[in-house]
Amino acid sequence: MLKVSTAPHMYSPTNTMSIMRDVIISLVPAGLVAIALFGLNALITIVTAVAGCVVMEYIACKYILKVKPSTKDLSAIVTGLLLAYNLPCNMPVWMTLIGCFVAIIIAKVAFGGIGKNLFNPALIGRVFLFISFPIQMTTWVKPKLFDFMNADVSTSATTLGILKHADAGTSATSLTSNIPNYLEMFLGYTGGSMGEVSAVALLLGLVYLLYRRVISWHIPFYYVATFFVLTAGFAYYTGDASLDPLTHLLSGGLFLGAFFMATDYTTSPMSKKGKIIFAIGCGVLTFVIRRYSAYPEGVSFAILIMNAFVPLIDKLAKPRIFGTGRK
Amino acid sequence: MSKIKTFTTGGIHPDKFKLSSDVAIEDAGIPEVVTIPVRQHIGAPAKILVKKGDKVKVGTLIADADGIVSADVHSSVSGEVIKVEENETGGGYLEKMITIRVEGDEWEESIDKTPDIVSEITASAEEIVQIIRGAGIVGMGGAGFPTPIKVTVPEGKKVDCLILNGIECEPYLTADDRLMQECAEQIVIGAKVINKALGIQNAIIAVDENKPEAIKALQQVTRRYVGVNVQVCATKYPQGAEKQLIAAVTGREVPPGCLPIDVHCVVQNVGTAFAIYEAVQKHKPLFERIVTVSGDDVKKAGNFRVRIGTPSSYLIEKAGKKSEIGKIIFGGPMMGIAGVNLDAPITKISSGILILKDESAYKPEVNPCIRCATCVDVCPQGLEPYLIHSLIRNGEYQEAKKIHVLDCIECGCCAYSCPARIPLLDYCKLAKYEIRKNK
Repeated sequence: MLKVSTAPHMYSPTNTMSIMRDVIISLVPAGLVAIALFGLNALITIVTAVAGCVVMEYIACKYILKVKPSTKDLSAIVTGLLLAYNLPCNMPVWMTLIGCFVAIIIAKVAFGGIGKNLFNPALIGRVFLFISFPIQMTTWVKPKLFDFMNADVSTSATTLGILKHADAGTSATSLTSNIPNYLEMFLGYTGGSMGEVSAVALLLGLVYLLYRRVISWHIPFYYVATFFVLTAGFAYYTGDASLDPLTHLLSGGLFLGAFFMATDYTTSPMSKKGKIIFAIGCGVLTFVIRRYSAYPEGVSFAILIMNAFVPLIDKLAKPRIFGTGRK
Repeated sequence: MSKIKTFTTGGIHPDKFKLSSDVAIEDAGIPEVVTIPVRQHIGAPAKILVKKGDKVKVGTLIADADGIVSADVHSSVSGEVIKVEENETGGGYLEKMITIRVEGDEWEESIDKTPDIVSEITASAEEIVQIIRGAGIVGMGGAGFPTPIKVTVPEGKKVDCLILNGIECEPYLTADDRLMQECAEQIVIGAKVINKALGIQNAIIAVDENKPEAIKALQQVTRRYVGVNVQVCATKYPQGAEKQLIAAVTGREVPPGCLPIDVHCVVQNVGTAFAIYEAVQKHKPLFERIVTVSGDDVKKAGNFRVRIGTPSSYLIEKAGKKSEIGKIIFGGPMMGIAGVNLDAPITKISSGILILKDESAYKPEVNPCIRCATCVDVCPQGLEPYLIHSLIRNGEYQEAKKIHVLDCIECGCCAYSCPARIPLLDYCKLAKYEIRKNK
C-alpha cells in the first residue's frame, strides 16, 4: 500500500521538544550555582516550581482546554525553571505554587496554551508574586558556598538595592565597599534571585543556546548593548557612582532576562528587524526603570512591557521580500 | 579560483543522502513496453500523430507541439503502437499516453549514434532554436518549461549571462552530478550552443561545493572553451531554484512577478544543456534521460540512462528494494511528488525516483506554532509562512496575497524546518491556488 502526502518528504531533526530540551540544558549551570550557593532551599523552590508548572499544565490542558496535554513538549518545565530562577531561594512553597498558577493558568492557558500567550508566563508569575508578597520577594539570603542548610537571612539587599538606596552624597569609595566586587558578581557570590546571580553560568547557557541555534544573537546582544551604552553614557555624563555600568551589567536579572526571557519565542517578534527593535526597547526600559523608578530592578517590567508591543512590531517590522528594496 | 558564492536570504542545510554520486551512469536497457505521455511539460499537451498499429522507430515524432508553450514528443523505442489512451501519471492525474510494444532497437537514420564529441557548432542561431523545438526539449531540472522559449531573447530584452544550473540541491538526487562528471565536455558545448542562440559570449556553470568530482571534470574542459567558466557555490538548499541561483552567482535579485530575463540572465539546467548538445550536434531528439534511483528503502542506489516512458517499477527492480515500499517519490524529497502508481512512466522531467520505507512514509504529528520564527528565517523569498498559515486558516486569501504569498517558490524550507511540523507549504500552495482561481 503506497502512502501519499504533500512535499516535503523529510524534516529537520529539530522539533518543539528538542528545542525545549536544549533550553533546559542551557539553564542547568545557573541552577547548579543556585543550589551550590543557596543550598536545600534553592533545590526545594526549583523542584516545587517545576512540578507545580507541569502538573498545572497537565490539568489545564486536560480539563480546561480539553486538548491532548502538551506536557510532553517540556515547555512547562522551562516555565517552571525560569520562574524558580526569578525567586529568592527561601520562598514558602505555597507562594511558589501561586506563582506557578499565575504563570501557567493565567498567563499561558487562559490565552490558549503554548504559542498563544502574549506575555512571558514566568515573568507574569514573578511580577504577580512581587506585587503580592513584596517582603518575601525581596528578602535575600546571603550566599554561602556548599553550606547546604543555608538559612542565613542576615543580608537583605541586592547590589542594585544598595545602589538604589544610596544617598546622593555617598562617595564612590563607600559605595564600592558595600557591594560585591566584579569577580564575585561574575561568579554569583552575591544576593539576588537564585538564578540571576551568576553571570558566568548564564553566559555558559547562552553559548550553548547559540551553538545549538535555538536562539539568534540579536536579542541578547542588542538588549545588553543598549542597556550598557545608556548606563555608561549617563554614568560618564552625570558622574553618578551608582550607575557604574559594569556593576549594572553583572547584577540583577539583566543576563537572565536578556538571554532566557526576552528570547522566549512566543513573546518576542518574528523578524530579525523586529527582534532588534524589541531588544533595544527592553534595554531602554530597563535603564529607565533602574534609573528613575522606585524599583531597583527593571528587567521583568521592561520585558513584559515590550511583550505587549510584539504584535505591533510584527506588523511593522517585516522581513525584506526577495527582489525588492535592494539594488 | 574565484570565490565560493551563495545566496543570502534564508536557506537550509538538510542531510544530503547523496548515496549514488560515485555510482556511474548505467544503461537501464529497454523494457518490453513503454508508455509515453503527450504532456511532459508545462503548457498544452502535444497533438498525437500516431494511432494503434503504427510502426515507430527510436526518435520518430509521435506527438507534435500544440502552440508555442508546448513540446514535441518522440518515440523512445522502436516497435508498434498498441494503445493511445488516458493513463495515470505518477501523481495520479490522467493524461493521454501512447503505449508502444518494443521490437528491436532501430533508430531514425538521421541520429548520429557514434560516441564522437562534435565541438564545432555549424547551425545558426535561428537553426538552433528550430532544432531545439524539433527535439522536444524542455527544462529537465523539474519544471519542464519548453526550452525554445528560453533560448530566444524577447523583443526589448537584453541578456548578458547564461547560467547553467549544476546545483542539484535536492537530497538524494545525483543525476546531474553524474552527468557533469561523465559528460562535462558535452555540457560545455551545449552551453556554447545556447550562447550562440542567445547571441552572447559568456556562460557560467554553477556547481555546489559538495560535487568536487563534477567541478574537477568541468574545470578540465572549460580550460579549452573560451567564455565558459565554472562557479563553485556553497552547498545550501534551495540554491538550485532559479531566482536563488541568479542571486548567488550574479548578486542580482529577480523582483516579484518578474523573470530571470528581467535581470538579464538565462538559466538552463545542465541536463537541458546536454540534451541541447545531443539535439544540435548529434541530431538526437530528447527520448532518454538520466534518472537517480535512491531512497532509504533501495538496495543499490544508482543512476540510470532511461528511455522516456519506461515504467518506474522497471527501474525499481533494477535498483532493488529492501522491504515493502512505503512511499515512492518522483523527484527529490523536498519538492518531489508522492506517487500513487508504481508503473507510472519516466518523463522528460523525472530527475529521480525515491523509494522510502514504510516508517519514513508518514507525515509527522502537527503541534501548535510556538512562534520560533524559523520559517521566517529560512524562507529564501523573505516571506512569513507562519502568518500565511494563520491567514489561510481563516480564509483570508487576499490578505495573504498582500504579503506576497504568490512569490512563494514552493521550496519547502519552511515546512522542513518547522519544529511543530506545521505543513506550512501546503497552506502557501493552497493560497496560491485559491488566489489564481479567483483572479
